[in-house]
Amino acid sequence: MDSPTRFLPRRLALGAAALSLLAATVFGQMAVAAEVNTTGLAVTDTEVTVGQLHSATGTMAISETGSIQAERLAIEQINAGGGILGRQIKIIQEDGASDWPTFAEKAKKLLVGDKVAAVFGCWTSASRKAVLPVFEKENGLLYYPTFYEGLEQSKNVIYTGQEATQQILAGLDWIAKEKGAKTYYLIGSDYIWPRTSMKIARKHIENVLGGKVVGEEYYPLGNTQFGSLINKVKLKKPDVVFTAVVGGSNVAFYKQMKAAGVTSAKQNLLTLSVTEDELLGIGGENMDGFYASMKYFQSLDNPNNKAFVEAFKAKYGKDAVIGDVTQAAYLGPWLWKAAVEKAGSFDVDKVAAASPGIELATAPESYVKVHGNHHLWSKTRIGQVQADGQFKVVFESDLIEPNPFPKGYQ
Amino acid sequence: MEWLSEFGAIAAMQGFNGLSVFCVLLLMALGLAIIFGQMGVINMAHGEFLTIGAYTTFVVSVLTEQYAPFFGPYYFFLAIVLSFFIAGAIGWLVEWAMISKLYQRPLDTLLATWGLSLVMQQAFRSIFGAREVSATLPEWLMGSWNPTEAIDIPRNGLFVMGLTVLITAMIFLMLYRSRWGLQVRATVQNRVMSRAVGINTKKVDRMTFALGCGVAGVAGAAFTTIGSTGPTAGSLYIVDTFLVVVFGGASSLLGTIASAFSIAQAQSLMEFFMSGSMAKVFTLSAVILILMLRPQGLFSIKVRK
Repeated sequence: MDSPTRFLPRRLALGAAALSLLAATVFGQMAVAAEVNTTGLAVTDTEVTVGQLHSATGTMAISETGSIQAERLAIEQINAGGGILGRQIKIIQEDGASDWPTFAEKAKKLLVGDKVAAVFGCWTSASRKAVLPVFEKENGLLYYPTFYEGLEQSKNVIYTGQEATQQILAGLDWIAKEKGAKTYYLIGSDYIWPRTSMKIARKHIENVLGGKVVGEEYYPLGNTQFGSLINKVKLKKPDVVFTAVVGGSNVAFYKQMKAAGVTSAKQNLLTLSVTEDELLGIGGENMDGFYASMKYFQSLDNPNNKAFVEAFKAKYGKDAVIGDVTQAAYLGPWLWKAAVEKAGSFDVDKVAAASPGIELATAPESYVKVHGNHHLWSKTRIGQVQADGQFKVVFESDLIEPNPFPKGYQ
Repeated sequence: MEWLSEFGAIAAMQGFNGLSVFCVLLLMALGLAIIFGQMGVINMAHGEFLTIGAYTTFVVSVLTEQYAPFFGPYYFFLAIVLSFFIAGAIGWLVEWAMISKLYQRPLDTLLATWGLSLVMQQAFRSIFGAREVSATLPEWLMGSWNPTEAIDIPRNGLFVMGLTVLITAMIFLMLYRSRWGLQVRATVQNRVMSRAVGINTKKVDRMTFALGCGVAGVAGAAFTTIGSTGPTAGSLYIVDTFLVVVFGGASSLLGTIASAFSIAQAQSLMEFFMSGSMAKVFTLSAVILILMLRPQGLFSIKVRK
């Protein structure tokens, strides 16, 4: 038997050769990767890692599931088309669990621990506010999909949903003109988004439209008793009921409205907060004929959207519905891809600097463009609820400039 | 004169609204009043038994739509009965597996049932998905009844009211006019003595707990007519439910009724003059004040001290 020591020199030589080969590949890779990445992000020659940060559990899972699905679909499609700068996108998904401190903690883990190049995530304003300081301190990049109250702008965030003025002003203008509305009743859930939205709506109604607000009310989240409110609406007979009630409360609200005889035959209603997702729970027959103001509806008739809806249903089942936020979440990875390619780099500063002016002609909502304030130029549409749970688009605005800090509306 | 008749109509509808809130509160609280009041078990999973009833109704509604459309107008009655038995059966199992081991430690029942509620919520999420669902209501339950031109009385509200009266009457008969009810009350007042005179207290406990859960199931079925069903729907109701039971004086059925009535009327009246959130604040403050003056609640059984 040969003693093992006889082979030691040869083994050493082999080992050294392998090591140097390995080193060469690693450093070689780093040299190439360094061209598109000077800040130590998780980027190799073949892969780039991004984070996904949503609530997969807890009360917000109902809403955020759609966003998670849409972002995954977009990333899969981008990978199938060859990835970004020749690199496949790898996803690390973290669960914010509907708990804002958890969101902040997971954001830090993604940015500091995993060195992700971008994060697609958050849904509520509360979760966004919780992660914002982390993104600013660690210099990360967040794509945020929800329509929200505005009053915010950060170089580390791209807002792919609408800010308040985009969604509200066009909707109110339309209903004032179309229905000759003069009196308005404002209803919302009791937290920041509905309250800020109604503040903007009230200013617009009183100062621009020359109308009158005859009532303004907020109910706690999760409230299921709207009987008194409905009686007050009946007493005051407003031309328009304007609502921003969120979540499960909507189901109770519209069921009770219908039961009390307040239907679209007698009452105009415009909502900011019912998408196809909520409508699934409410039941189309309970909201038939009412209006919603959004930038996206599943029923939009254009080739981009047809392809999107088809791909979404192929992946998540034919009964899946797509709401406004789901579409906005789908835009995130595509906008990031366009900005990275324009910058020729994954560096957060370069990507952020390259973002304004990015256009997306392939967006399901038809066309969007990133503004200097990191929000999107987008159209606002009015959809009328149909009994089958879909919206019929009855109005479409021109492209609206985002204005997160509206003068005269605060 | 016209505004006067209109005001009358609104007053009538608002009065009905108060009654309707009362029925909702009572239906939620009855099951808990039996379990908490009679057995002293703090059942934090009560809301989830309610959700079981709601999901049962949803499933029956979907099955009816698919396999027996002609049954559509009547499926709701079947759903209510099934909700009662399914929630009751699960309650029976829970008592057997968990609660029966914890009777001497009331605080532990709180923790255990709270854990149970989390497990049940996750189970709902795994089975039915995170999204809220809604049973399709039969035609006769939608819309309103118009005694005059200006008055709309919601039919689903009337239905919930009728159901509440029926359930309350049945529970009253069972607790105060039946042999089993006598055994329940005896067990509550003196467990050792009851056992000594030959009452099978284990069986009584199990049946009482199952009954309480069954009533929660019926409440859940009824609430599909006015609200939504989601994995966490139950937790929305649980605070109000405990509020009613504690305010009423835990061990008295009459107290539960009186408490649901006063909270509902106060809430409904204040909601009409101020916004929804403020009305809730005032109602809660009033309840706290009264509880400070009467710690044992509105009604309570007199005991020698």
